[in-house]
Amino acid sequence: MNQWTNFTKGFIRENPVFAMLLGMCPTLAVTSSAINGLGMGLATTFVLTMSNIVISLIKSVIPDKVRIPTFIVVIASFVTIVDLVMAGFAPGLHSALGVFIPLIVVNCVVLGRAEAFASKNNMVSSIFDGLGMGLGFAFALTLLGSVREILGNYSVFGIKFIQSDGVLMMILPPGAFITLGFLIALINHLNMKAKS
Amino acid sequence: MAKKESTFTNMVLTLFVVTALSSLAAAAVYNITKEPIAEVQRLKQQKAIEQVMPGFTQLARTSVMPETGPDSLIFFKGYRDTTELGFAVTTYTYIGYSGYVKMMVGFTPQGIITNVKVIDQKETPGLGTKMVDSMQLIHQVVGKNPAEFKISVKKDGGQVDAITAATISSRAFCDAVNRAYKSIDKIEKQAINTGRVE
Repeated sequence: MNQWTNFTKGFIRENPVFAMLLGMCPTLAVTSSAINGLGMGLATTFVLTMSNIVISLIKSVIPDKVRIPTFIVVIASFVTIVDLVMAGFAPGLHSALGVFIPLIVVNCVVLGRAEAFASKNNMVSSIFDGLGMGLGFAFALTLLGSVREILGNYSVFGIKFIQSDGVLMMILPPGAFITLGFLIALINHLNMKAKS
Repeated sequence: MAKKESTFTNMVLTLFVVTALSSLAAAAVYNITKEPIAEVQRLKQQKAIEQVMPGFTQLARTSVMPETGPDSLIFFKGYRDTTELGFAVTTYTYIGYSGYVKMMVGFTPQGIITNVKVIDQKETPGLGTKMVDSMQLIHQVVGKNPAEFKISVKKDGGQVDAITAATISSRAFCDAVNRAYKSIDKIEKQAINTGRVE
């Protein structure tokens, strides 16, 4: 498998949200606006890439039976470090992304990639896999957030185009499920069309 | 390199080494970032005080326990040279849609609200967060004296128009402002600590 497919497979074909339905908790919870989706996606991309690097490097010294706890510890440490460094040196960024950082620990996309990819492949492939999957996740969340923000608040990335309140349900939890359902149906339809 | 066997010793050793290294790394980063984080927090508070009570040259800090609520409020009494400017109060409420909301409220010495700044909140994005970014609630209370203007939402018999679809967040906002106001009397009775803080 070449590096380009490692990178691009995360966008549509193996998209963590639309194709594998991983990381549903942050997906549904934080996508009430486009900027929230993008923020969560980028923060996850960073942690995912870093944890993929470390796990692909240490994979051969980890006994199989304790690999999952080890991966969790590595991921949690990265999340803590990212959180602290951002709070201290990039307070603006931290106040925008801060609420999402602790959520990454329990994001199964990160653990999923560690288990399914980084623990079986070399470091360079793992970097591309992490970047691709992370950006695919960010893309899915931004798309979901945009749709919900457009319908629910008549705005996108905070820019209002109709001065009114919008369909409030779309930015509340039911809107997340409805939008996700329609987007998955759309992606599946496109995938099927591409195959036939 | 071959995979390590999953023997008991191997597993315990690996987990021990991994957790030890991870905590060492986290501890090291914590030590490096402790100072900058404290500095950022201090600046944030300074900025919030500046916004609700512009132009102060001196601050006296004291804390007081409100009649209702579990945590104490922090009062900053501001002076420009020797004139008393008023108070900046960090206040809070636990009745937000997602619980805790922290705010800074400014008062003149007569008890008129000069400005309100929401410092920390976890309200629903797009609904409850309007208490921060739409100014709708803040505009209603600025320039009012809570002794004459009843700060609670109209549904509860007050004079504040709640934000559409965010009554609970609006109620929380009123609760925090009231908590700050009610504690001013109390603070006046306490001998204020006049030492310069900042």
